Amino acid sequence: MRYIEPHGHMVSRTTDDYQAMVTAGCVAVCEPAFWAGFDRGSVSGFRDYYRQLTEYEPARAAKFLLPHFSWLCLNPKESEDLALARDVLAMIPEFLDRPNVLGIGEIGLNRNTRNEMTVLERHVELAVQHDQLILVHTPHLEDKLKGTNLILDLLSSHRGVKPERVIIDHVEEHTIQRVLDRGFWAGITLYPDSKSSPPRAVDMLEICGRERIWMNSACDWGVSDPLAVPKTALEMRRRGHSADFVDAVLFRNPHRFLSQCPKFKIAESPAG
Amino acid sequence: MSKSRTKKPSPTRGPVPTAAARAVVDHGFIPVRAKLIEVAAFLDRAERHAIADDFRVAALRDAAELLVDGKPERARRILEQLSDPTTEPEAVSSGKAALGAWRPAAPATAKK
Ligand SMILES: [Zn+2]
Repeated sequence: MRYIEPHGHMVSRTTDDYQAMVTAGCVAVCEPAFWAGFDRGSVSGFRDYYRQLTEYEPARAAKFLLPHFSWLCLNPKESEDLALARDVLAMIPEFLDRPNVLGIGEIGLNRNTRNEMTVLERHVELAVQHDQLILVHTPHLEDKLKGTNLILDLLSSHRGVKPERVIIDHVEEHTIQRVLDRGFWAGITLYPDSKSSPPRAVDMLEICGRERIWMNSACDWGVSDPLAVPKTALEMRRRGHSADFVDAVLFRNPHRFLSQCPKFKIAESPAG
Repeated sequence: MSKSRTKKPSPTRGPVPTAAARAVVDHGFIPVRAKLIEVAAFLDRAERHAIADDFRVAALRDAAELLVDGKPERARRILEQLSDPTTEPEAVSSGKAALGAWRPAAPATAKK
């Protein structure tokens, strides 16, 4: 089995995780920029993080023969300081030409505030100006539905946004269909305690179809499982889905979306 | 004949379950049974510790009613019921973390 981990925060994982992922069939990992668990205090703090995502982490992954790609942004959790956000966004273009950078993400909303909306708009503008793919984080728990609606309206009203170049991540049963209906890609995140479980993820595939959907573990420093994606393959097979179905969802779908960025090049091809 | 006292679920598609359909129950039943008992024990525990009126515990009790109303799409409907129903962005953040159930903002204290 081969699969792509399209959303993993590898800077907070151990080398054991890299080894386990490659052993399970991972052929590429993509790492969106995210929150460190505390608010970074300066532009140079973010610059160092982007260097980690574009220099150090790809080299660490390469020791396990795993191609590593990244997405850059300021996380929605850090959007309340509008002045810092403006300065960080002004610095991001320094990194957009780095060979492993796929686009802008994971941007989005956290508590659905006006400041978060402002910073989201600025990120979308930045992505459109630089013709970047977009990866969107939708809020947690009770904030997800409202936040998803606000995000969909904002993206749909921007004439420069092409829905097929945007993935809306962390969808659940109450948000997946509205994301797909508007032409965006949908990401299902497999978490032990929140977001989706493998059985629920397969339910969503059975109900909504397998087009424009990817799955990820979003593994980070919190409760998460870097092998959640390959474990979901077992749930698919138990339900009677074919090996081709598994390959379509876990490899060919993310490959198709990510290949819209010409820098996403890996040895494995959709033909097998 | 089924002993179930709840409203009948929507009919299944065919008379003979396929092997894949049987696997849904064979592999899924025990883990889900455990989760249901966890819910029951959590509600008991909250009562025993006199915290059952916490808005999250109340939201869980209300959500559980949807499990047995005989209508489909229970997961979607429970998620919607636990969601913030408002539509305007918040003026200020109430903190980094969501709580899992929605509670209307407390009205501002009237000035004397
Ligand atoms: Zn993430």
